[in-house]
Amino acid sequence: MIRVNNRDEVDWREGLTVSVLLDRLGYTYPHIVVTVDGQVVYEEEYDRRVIPDGANVRLIHLIAGG
Amino acid sequence: MAEKTLSPRRVLAELTYDAPSIKRGYAGQTLYVNLSDNTIAARPVTNLMKEKFIGGRGFDLYLLWHGVDDDTRWDDPENEIVISSGPCGGTTQYPGAGKSIAAAISPLTGVPIDSNAGGHFGPYLKFAGWDAIEVQGKAEQEVIVFVDAPAGRITIEEVPADAPTDTHVLGKWILEHYAESESDRQQMSFVSAGRGSEHSRMGCLNFSLYDRRRQDLRYKQAGRGGIGTVLRDKKVKALVVRTFPIAGNLNAPADLGLLQETGAEMHQEVHDYDPVQNRMRSRGTPYLVQIMDDYDLLPVHNFKFGTHPDTPKINGEVWEARLTQGLPDGCWYGCTVACAHAVDGYVVRSGPYKGQAVIVDGPEYETVAGVGSNCGIFEPDAILEINFYCDTYGIDTISFGTAMAFAMECYEAGILDEAKTGGLELTFGSADDAIEVLHQMARGDEFGRIFGMGIRGMQDYFVEHYGADAQFVRDIGMQAKGLEYSEYMTKESLAQQGGYGLTNKGPQHDEAWLIFMDMVNNELPTFEDKAEALHYFPMWRTWFGLCGFCKLPWNDVVHPKNKLSPEPQKIMHHVENYQKIYEGVTGTAVTLDDIITMSERVYNFQRVFNIRLGYGLRQHDAIPYRSAGPVTAEEYESRAERYDDQLREWLGLDPAQMSLEEKMAAHRQYRTERYQKLIDAVYARRGWSNDGVPTLEKLRQLGMDLPEVVAVVEKHL
Repeated sequence: MIRVNNRDEVDWREGLTVSVLLDRLGYTYPHIVVTVDGQVVYEEEYDRRVIPDGANVRLIHLIAGG
Repeated sequence: MAEKTLSPRRVLAELTYDAPSIKRGYAGQTLYVNLSDNTIAARPVTNLMKEKFIGGRGFDLYLLWHGVDDDTRWDDPENEIVISSGPCGGTTQYPGAGKSIAAAISPLTGVPIDSNAGGHFGPYLKFAGWDAIEVQGKAEQEVIVFVDAPAGRITIEEVPADAPTDTHVLGKWILEHYAESESDRQQMSFVSAGRGSEHSRMGCLNFSLYDRRRQDLRYKQAGRGGIGTVLRDKKVKALVVRTFPIAGNLNAPADLGLLQETGAEMHQEVHDYDPVQNRMRSRGTPYLVQIMDDYDLLPVHNFKFGTHPDTPKINGEVWEARLTQGLPDGCWYGCTVACAHAVDGYVVRSGPYKGQAVIVDGPEYETVAGVGSNCGIFEPDAILEINFYCDTYGIDTISFGTAMAFAMECYEAGILDEAKTGGLELTFGSADDAIEVLHQMARGDEFGRIFGMGIRGMQDYFVEHYGADAQFVRDIGMQAKGLEYSEYMTKESLAQQGGYGLTNKGPQHDEAWLIFMDMVNNELPTFEDKAEALHYFPMWRTWFGLCGFCKLPWNDVVHPKNKLSPEPQKIMHHVENYQKIYEGVTGTAVTLDDIITMSERVYNFQRVFNIRLGYGLRQHDAIPYRSAGPVTAEEYESRAERYDDQLREWLGLDPAQMSLEEKMAAHRQYRTERYQKLIDAVYARRGWSNDGVPTLEKLRQLGMDLPEVVAVVEKHL
């Protein structure tokens, strides 16, 4: 299990990457600040950055609207 | 210059003047026009105005306050339309620095409305020698107010009876009668409305710009609150300005080099990151349609739902294919974000202009969501048809879309029927009948006349004349303070409920847009967190309207270094850019705290203005329940799992043991109470009393304890 945005409990699987997590959550916005246990993950790392079990993940959408 | 022969024009009043030199973003005077007695006068910009009100929306509100009485209504001659850009308006070195801000007492709300637009009018007016124009009184016959800077002349002119009113034909008429040369077309801009503004309370203002590449006129809208209705009530066809040739130093900035350096960095950022972020340069604001749907936030069927399977038919990809590409679509010079797109050659399919090939400016996200998904209309051509007619008739697409969605739900609920609509079948998705209502509004007849009152007017009318359930129409009518909601779902974001409800002018998202911070990111878990956001962001965003800036370059393209910021939502590297631009123009360095204080002064002044006119208290910050929770069983059942989980998590209830009615009632009580708690927290953070009145201590702290302000506040503390 991992914790997303200090609220949502999300099932963890071996090899879970940032890309897979974003896809599972349906997070399609193109500009999200991703941190895994406090470390920033850049877009080019999304496909290979593996999230460990128990991780605290922040997915901060930089969208302040109209 | 080879002058062409122009038709004789009947001048009712004239003022000659020498346009002053602009100094650090200010002309130093404002223009007063009274249409009742045909007076025109120059008024000085005082130090108090510059120090406490800055410009733009601040100047608008200051001048409006001193023009009206405590009991002035929107259609009284004393009501004014004031338009100002602000000291940084007209900057060409940084994107999005040419906004005009208009204000008047609103026909929809009864309090001051402020609404901003692109286009050239505001900056041109300043470069013509005027920091603001203030139009009061009512003309006896149709008039044009013409500010002609090269001729050093301002006139009120009677307009021939055969002059058109609808903006896209009026524009061509103005160029034909007022432009003396091709260069004049580029140096002229005007503000107009249309026939729809004459018969509805949701009239918008169109701000023109001459598109050199298309060699045609384009329009941007100050849509909100019915200022177009006020313009037509005053019998004004147009406010026209002709200015001097445009150059990059017309603001006479204090430090042109600082503007150029800061602008160059930002232009590079737009170039590098817009194509992989929001794609404003190719899609404009409709990029947001699919994203809103993906996150269950797109208004569908009068805000009942947040998603629809047909959304891909009207999403950003569709509009990218429909919008003309490859043209520099900025609404002010030097804007590389260039989101002001258009569809060229659209062939109108209904109404008086059927068969004409026209330019449709937009559609913007708000239009696609408002007249599209919210009305169950997923046909791009129908959206373009409504967009075109709203603009040329002078009708706000947001109010039209939200009000039409309300009417459609009333129709489906049996409050309306074909007998009451004159044969129109206003079910969700009925595009042609929705378009017919627009034509009726322009003619001022049939159901369009009732519809044109806006949601608040329709609510009262349906209860009084059709026996509608008052509670039900209050719950589903998405208006607050009388203004129709803009197009975002707020049920699962308490902060955004406040972002709409705790505004001065009514539910428009330009004050605070906190849905993602609150609902998705969970960055605002406590009432205090939400209250802080509902202080900071409205004040930050207010500042754009004081200076003449557009909000979009602040946060619709972002450098990756922002990921490392401790507060990424504030986009601090862009805040620093704006500090530099302000200093570069005015010569005054400002901190972020200074910026917030500048906004607080005007924001609190506007709150007191509302109170002065009989509104602005806690009771007026109420919101319809549809914006806070599910009104109908259909809504609850569409998200039953979510709502049942919330009953367990929030209230410790077992939904398995409850009827649907009991579950909905429990939600309603909880959600209604927490909105009241939010109000408590926000009022405390803003320095207001429990009834929403700015305290004397707060006003003194801001230096806004002006005698006229204190006199209003003291009656309520």
